[in-house]
Amino acid sequence: MLGGWPLLSLLIWLPIVGGVGVLLAGRDNADRARWSALAVSALTLLLGVALWFGFEVGVAGMQFVERASWIQAFGVEYYLGVDGISMPLVVLTAFSTLLVVVAAWDVVRYKPAQYLAAFLIMEGIMIGVFSALDAILFYVFFEAMLIPMFLIIGIWGGPNRIYATLKFFLYTFLGSVMMLIALIYLRTEAGSFAIPDLYGLALPFTTQVLVFLAFLAAFAVKVPMFPVHTWLPDAHVEAPTGGSVILAAITLKIGGYGFLRFSLPIVPEASMALDWLLISLSLIAVVYIGLVAMVQEDLKKLIAYSSIAHMGFVTLAFFLIFRIVAASGSRDAALLALEGGLVQMISHGFVSAAMFLCVGVLYDRMHTRRIADYGGVANRMPVFAGLFVFFAMANAGLPGTSGFVGEFMVILASFQAGFWYAAIAGLTLILGAAYSLWMIKRVVYGEVRNAEVDKLRDVNPRERLLLGSLVVVVLLFGLYPAPLINVMAPSLDALFGIVVPTP
Amino acid sequence: MNFEMPQFAMAAPEIWLGVMVCVVLIADLFDRSQESRVAFFLTQATLLVAIGLAVNTHWGVERSITFNGMYVSDSLAAVLKMTVAGLSVATLGYSRDYLRQRDLLKGEFYLLALMANLGMFVMASASSLLVLYVGLEMLSLSLYAMVAFDRDSRLGAEAAMKYFVLGALSSGMMLYGMSMIYGASGSLLIDEIAAQAATGDHLLLMGFGMTFALVGVAFKFGAAPFHMWIPDVYQGAPTAATAFLGTAPKVAALALFLRLLVDGLGDLHGQWQAMAIILAVGSLAIGNLFALVQTNLKRMLAYSTISHIGFLFLGLIAGTEEGYAAALFYAISYGIMASGAFGMIILLSHRGFEAEMIDDMRGLNDRHSGFALVMLLLMFSMAGIPGTVGFYAKWLVLQSLIDTGMVWLAVVAVLFAVIGAFYYLRVLKAVYFDRLDAPAPLEAPMGQRAIVAVNGGAILVLGLFPDRLIEICQTALGL
Repeated sequence: MLGGWPLLSLLIWLPIVGGVGVLLAGRDNADRARWSALAVSALTLLLGVALWFGFEVGVAGMQFVERASWIQAFGVEYYLGVDGISMPLVVLTAFSTLLVVVAAWDVVRYKPAQYLAAFLIMEGIMIGVFSALDAILFYVFFEAMLIPMFLIIGIWGGPNRIYATLKFFLYTFLGSVMMLIALIYLRTEAGSFAIPDLYGLALPFTTQVLVFLAFLAAFAVKVPMFPVHTWLPDAHVEAPTGGSVILAAITLKIGGYGFLRFSLPIVPEASMALDWLLISLSLIAVVYIGLVAMVQEDLKKLIAYSSIAHMGFVTLAFFLIFRIVAASGSRDAALLALEGGLVQMISHGFVSAAMFLCVGVLYDRMHTRRIADYGGVANRMPVFAGLFVFFAMANAGLPGTSGFVGEFMVILASFQAGFWYAAIAGLTLILGAAYSLWMIKRVVYGEVRNAEVDKLRDVNPRERLLLGSLVVVVLLFGLYPAPLINVMAPSLDALFGIVVPTP
Repeated sequence: MNFEMPQFAMAAPEIWLGVMVCVVLIADLFDRSQESRVAFFLTQATLLVAIGLAVNTHWGVERSITFNGMYVSDSLAAVLKMTVAGLSVATLGYSRDYLRQRDLLKGEFYLLALMANLGMFVMASASSLLVLYVGLEMLSLSLYAMVAFDRDSRLGAEAAMKYFVLGALSSGMMLYGMSMIYGASGSLLIDEIAAQAATGDHLLLMGFGMTFALVGVAFKFGAAPFHMWIPDVYQGAPTAATAFLGTAPKVAALALFLRLLVDGLGDLHGQWQAMAIILAVGSLAIGNLFALVQTNLKRMLAYSTISHIGFLFLGLIAGTEEGYAAALFYAISYGIMASGAFGMIILLSHRGFEAEMIDDMRGLNDRHSGFALVMLLLMFSMAGIPGTVGFYAKWLVLQSLIDTGMVWLAVVAVLFAVIGAFYYLRVLKAVYFDRLDAPAPLEAPMGQRAIVAVNGGAILVLGLFPDRLIEICQTALGL
């Protein structure tokens, strides 16, 4: 609550109701749809800013709590709240959606009102995921996300969109129904669906493992982890630009968020016992997927694989904490890993959104995503080239950008777990630099390759604004990450206390 | 034996329906209009009044029995009657235009629907094997005639024939089982049968009777492996009849199950549980797998019905009051979804054209985005995605399974639910992703559009606020 306003409810329902409004208002009038969608998403971002500044730094517990009974027969509540882990993600969601609305401005011509409404509704649902503190409420939002994304890829996607959207839907649906069973089971043990009540349950070890695996099915698919990552490149390639941005910037983060909110604190013993599995899969994602990214010939596929590798880095950080504690006994180092993972999630949200927007800019002009079709873009689009190179560098973890901060923290922490963890994790920097730079070389630099490239026109003011705002954010968190880290540190510290009780 | 005056007031809904059947029959004779307007509006009004009477007489009252123990009045009866009559109103509303376009608009259709409702009402309040059977036959005979309503359709005649033969067979099975139960317990009254089952005498004979009765129930439900008639009948019958047949009678079949196997043979739960598990898993498997390969929408919905029946049975398996309440919730929400789905088929059909293939849904979003949205809600609800009532139906069933420790069964169920999602998505693919070169705007009469809106709205509203309906179902089962 802020000044008596149910801020989180507003953040959830304003875009959803606004989305329906856009649908009705803009059915025959594309301009009206655009302006109203812009108004709704800007207002939501304002509320997000209010959330950020109203958030009390240094407090570990939940803030802005709203609690009301919802389904009495089963004790399900409309229970919302954010802590330092979820609050930045809520703001990130509001920010990304505004970008998507602006990016779609005169690019999306087929049913723009439906397109914008789908993204606004998606925004409300995703904010709901991050602020739900009741397991069933979380699940409802978590699953409802599939509906708009299914439509976004299927209606506005590329030629192979139907295959991609069905694959996306069924993979993520299969993962999450397993989680539903685990949640229902946990309720029989805890007597409540409130997530804080699920922490610290004394479950037998075998049960813990089963619950952990059920959660893993849900979150590993969302992240996505190797080997259930195959839906992501397909979905990205076929999705419209806005869909790719939201997929990469937000929905992948929901997998990582799930590990922090559910897996680690609810079944800590199983998490510790199975950390080898998560660490191995994450390392495979970092190295193998990084190599796969290098040989891609499609720009979007390359960035999609790069996302998988980066998210592998995040899950590595989350599950390395047990090794760090075992090897060094250092609580601080383990916390550093958690913080680094979360910072990396946020940073990847900005950077991958920017990369997909850049590809969108190119695609709008050339209608191809094949790297081989480009070359020498810098000669015709100097401003764009500068921005694109900047974001590619941020993706590779250049110091001074937000991408560097998270990676640096995680690698630093992983040294405490053992040299080889750090060495393999460090490969992400090298591989990231390799595929990013090679892509830049082939797309941006060199001679103008063909007549199509020759006709390219540089970014217009709208696109400049779009990408420029991302430059500001990436630099801001790269040079001065303290506000972000201060917000999340107390909550992560409290989380760590639940996961690894001090002896 | 001392004669006791029955409390006629308790049977007010049935008496009302019985009287109105005669009134409609006669009124239709004097109706000179070609469209049986009188019969239609009279039938709808009758059903609405019947809902009111059912709630008024049965809801919230102490469970009481009259007519020498043969008629029971309790909250469960109220919920069941309310549901079947409500679903009938919706499906009859959908079908009017369909029947008119095919020159089938005759008063008899509504009369048959009314008689079927009377049968279902009787079943919902039956407290004796005989009354149960009479209600069942009243329903079945009306349905046979409705399936055969299009005399000139060869497919319809075949479907009716199939339905009649298999239906008669299943009724025979059930009657056979009932006779054994009567033999074992010495009574036709459900309460006395329950008392006898609790004593544990003649359990073998009772068990045999129970088996045959369960087979009969499974036939009426269309649970695998007794599902063969469903796809053919659904496809062959006029869509208006399919819509009626596919919704309210499923709730009535649940009434049959609850009155016979729960009220009467609840103590034999351990015996019928294993059989119900086979029926449930078999239905989930066959329904979902066969639905995957259908290109005909009506057949696909038929197989999807079978899979939904499987899910409904999972609630019954748990054998707890929560489980029965979950099954009741499932039946009600399924009825809402199915009436909407068949209603959409009816809407898209026009004279000389049956929109019964999945391909016929192509480009619906371009033709009418409102109908496309309703279709989206319907399909996601059937798949069990949150935000729609179908999610809570599935959730409640899973909850009751996990509460009784049958986690493995819950896992099997959700795996089949994921398979099921695939074919619902295929419909949405046609609706949203396939584009037509020249989409013809879709027109529909005001009345039908209103029902569609209410139907889709119900799925969304109950999907956001399911609390009240859950409470009603739990109260009906005495929780």
